[in-house]
Amino acid sequence: MTSQVSSPAEHADGTVVGEQRKPAGTKDVRRLDRVIIRFAGDSGDGMQLTGDRFTSETASFGNDLSTLPNFPAEIRAPAGTLPGVSSFQLHFADHDILTPGDAPNVLVAMNPAALKANIADVPRGAEIIVNTDEFTKRAMQKVGYATSPLEDGSLDGYSVHPVPLTTLTVEALKEFDLTRKEAERSKNMFALGLLSWMYHRPTEGTEKFLTTKFAKKPDIAAANIAAFRAGWNFGETTEDFAVSYEIAPATAAFPTGTYRNISGNLALSYGLIAASTQADLPLYLGSYPITPASDILHELSRHKNFGVRTFQAEDEIAGIGAALGAAFGGSLAVTTTSGPGVALKSETIGLAVSLELPLLVIDIQRGGPSTGLPTKTEQADLLQAMFGRNGEAPVPIVAPQTPADCFDAAIEAARIALTYRTPVLLLSDGYLANGSEPWRIPETDELPDLRVQFAQGPNHTLDDGTEVFWPYKRDPGTLARPWAIPGTPGLEHRIGGIEKQDGTGNISYDPANHDFMVRTRQAKIDGIDVPDVEVDDPHGATTLVLGWGSTYGPITAAVRRLRAAGEAIAQAHLRHLNPFPANLGTVLKAYDRVVIPEMNLGQLATLVRAKYLVDAHSYNQVNGMPFKAEQLATALKEAIDG
Amino acid sequence: MAETTTEGPGTIEALTLVPKAEARQSMKDFKSDQEVRWCPGCGDYAILAAVQGFMPELGLAKENIVFVSGIGCSSRFPYYMNTYGMHSIHGRAPAIATGLASSRRDLSVWVVTGDGDALSIGGNHLIHALRRNVNLKILLFNNRIYGLTKGQYSPTSEVGKITKSTPMGSLDAPFNPVSLAIGAEASFVARTVDSDRKHLTEVLRQAAAHPGTALVEIYQNCNIFNDGAFEVLKDRQQAEEAVIRLEHGKQIRFGAPLDSGLGSKGVVRDALTGDLKVVTVTPENEPQILVHDAHSASPTTAFALSRLADPDTLHHTPIGVLRSVDRPVYDTQMADQLDTAIEQNGKGDLSALLAGGDTWTVVG
Repeated sequence: MTSQVSSPAEHADGTVVGEQRKPAGTKDVRRLDRVIIRFAGDSGDGMQLTGDRFTSETASFGNDLSTLPNFPAEIRAPAGTLPGVSSFQLHFADHDILTPGDAPNVLVAMNPAALKANIADVPRGAEIIVNTDEFTKRAMQKVGYATSPLEDGSLDGYSVHPVPLTTLTVEALKEFDLTRKEAERSKNMFALGLLSWMYHRPTEGTEKFLTTKFAKKPDIAAANIAAFRAGWNFGETTEDFAVSYEIAPATAAFPTGTYRNISGNLALSYGLIAASTQADLPLYLGSYPITPASDILHELSRHKNFGVRTFQAEDEIAGIGAALGAAFGGSLAVTTTSGPGVALKSETIGLAVSLELPLLVIDIQRGGPSTGLPTKTEQADLLQAMFGRNGEAPVPIVAPQTPADCFDAAIEAARIALTYRTPVLLLSDGYLANGSEPWRIPETDELPDLRVQFAQGPNHTLDDGTEVFWPYKRDPGTLARPWAIPGTPGLEHRIGGIEKQDGTGNISYDPANHDFMVRTRQAKIDGIDVPDVEVDDPHGATTLVLGWGSTYGPITAAVRRLRAAGEAIAQAHLRHLNPFPANLGTVLKAYDRVVIPEMNLGQLATLVRAKYLVDAHSYNQVNGMPFKAEQLATALKEAIDG
Repeated sequence: MAETTTEGPGTIEALTLVPKAEARQSMKDFKSDQEVRWCPGCGDYAILAAVQGFMPELGLAKENIVFVSGIGCSSRFPYYMNTYGMHSIHGRAPAIATGLASSRRDLSVWVVTGDGDALSIGGNHLIHALRRNVNLKILLFNNRIYGLTKGQYSPTSEVGKITKSTPMGSLDAPFNPVSLAIGAEASFVARTVDSDRKHLTEVLRQAAAHPGTALVEIYQNCNIFNDGAFEVLKDRQQAEEAVIRLEHGKQIRFGAPLDSGLGSKGVVRDALTGDLKVVTVTPENEPQILVHDAHSASPTTAFALSRLADPDTLHHTPIGVLRSVDRPVYDTQMADQLDTAIEQNGKGDLSALLAGGDTWTVVG
């Protein structure tokens, strides 16, 4: 394995930015196979940026990785309080990994609140780096520490590194023309530098990043780079950090190819652009900002040179309305939202079902009901996606299983929408949206051809021999109706939400026709061609664990643990929730026990039990966080043991 | 599907990008094969006939014309037009039409809506379409009642309206749709009456030519649930006092004609309050009678004109084009941004996009 290493750039003042720094080799170096680091601080401390940079360094080094950003819904919660704590967890390894990790090996706590909010997740023996400057009496009282946890023995058993991060940062920047407050802001870069030293991360990417980010404020760029280097040097020189660690690149984990690190929302955005390119249709996004979906709107808005139109609507309903209007006009139309937005869009999704136009509805699920937990993850919109409309209004459902998989899931959703002329719901979630992992960049010739044929002329001959266009005359194979877009001469037609006569599409209140149309719309969705679900069962197990969506990583990690411990367990994971793969019933009935872990109260289990009469058991968690592998392994072991 | 083309700067003609009909059209070309199912005597018939009669004048390829509607009696309109059409859901037509018009600038997109559809359930979409100035022509059929749900009061009904849902009289103050539209930054606002085909057609003509969103309020009689609601504007004698016909560049006069042929009443600005008021025209005050300026950059006078109408008696109801100003058109600017992005960054290259950012290569 090799990493691309870009050449350093020399500045006018002679400083070299982007040069790779290496430990001098005067301290012990230990090899590890994997590490879980959590950066935690105030929501204004830049913890997400710090985590992102460490992730980028790690990705470019060639480790496998998985991330879990975790932040409050408030933009700037009161400083130093528990609700204001923002954290970023990163798991990286010399082998293939599946989750952001259960318990951190290292916690970086930028203040007492960050320590208090995270310490319960950190096992004894782990390393804790604390910014002692922030452990003032007042700050500790604010979060309920009567005595200093750094001194009262409550951190016994941890390897605590007390570091005056703020003071050291300010000291390192004293040559710069900055106020103390401005200098303090760079303390996250000091911390990043220290951690980069500890884990032998490549540093040139971060230095270049800072140079670019603050291109218009070169002083700030220089200060941040100085703080970053000071942190690195601190690790190199101070005696408190006696050991640094090497985690070798995950050579065996990655097939040949070019890789980048990618978050779920970015992968999804790229998937939509790729689908537009592959379909040769302009992309139209109608959207209203909502956490955690807004980043897709932001990303697509940056790519107008792909012919992407993004429309920030007055509300969720207008977002999908505009998308549907664009679909009528021949665009690949998309609306992006989260659960509350889907609720508002329901009536328009029903209209799209009735109009039989292609439309992608992207739901980045978050904790519910109502406003719920805007920045936390959940899978509780499955039944809303499945049934949340008036009348019989079936909609195909596709779910990505990892952040990078959001790219493929978007393309698959587009394939179904375009082929079958139907709205499609794509169910991602907050964990996938903000989490990231390495992604093998596909060659564009690997992507499917999604081109469609618009109707061009009459498709029906009346008894008297007249050639006419019938907007609801279906393709016998797919049951899709023709897509006749305005501007096509001779195909002028009217469509609407009122029940239509089969074929002509004219208004019809005829009872038998309605019965036929309801069954036909259902048959169209039931008949969608989806691949069989694959079962991973190397040992002939009697228990099957079935999952869908973002639980793929934790479930797979748990299954590996069980198998490593000598247990036999089969695993299957669903991408298609509606229709289910044709072989799913057979698969389920081949096992004595079926267990379905979900971040809801058993929604897939409900569907599976209803459809297949299988006594599937639920294992549920709705705490806004992804499953932990250890916890799942325990639950699955109990299922195996019956 | 037509490719995006770029207009030169300063091109403001609304229909420049819409292909023209190859042959001469007649009213018949715009009638669909569907049986019209409004109640006999409904004002909608007259509006449909006026629109079908007016369309050939535009000379547009009819496959490039789209009518989008919401829900309500008026929203059945698209079924009767032999163009492309969508009968959508309650209140959402402006949003759907916005998506269509902003993605297909080669189309002439019309929205047909009613007072309940546009001002109650769809009020949000209406005001935002108006402020954005998307290239849409919105025909708002106002009959001041809910027809399709059988006779409840609407957001334009007069206070105290006795209906099935308000047996003791309605309590809420009505919207004046023209005032609302002007307040929502509309660039074109007009009012006309179903029974006055000549006036209706002239207003449609100006609306069609307007770049951006045009709102045309059409007073429409519901002979089943609110018959005669606009009788005061239609009865020749009463109309003299009730209707203020606005014509750009002409004095705002109405009432029984003087020997000059001009109306005996006029609208003047009160010197103290700045508000508008109706006066009996005298030789002394005649020079002070306002001259209607539909193209005034400021909406103040147009708004003041819209407030002259008494919501109960409909006395002093202005009809005609209250406001028609040029303002940047949303879909034009949206297309311009796409062109600019291509100029600045080149046409999108998918491979380059996917391979952007920090990458590394695994060579096995």
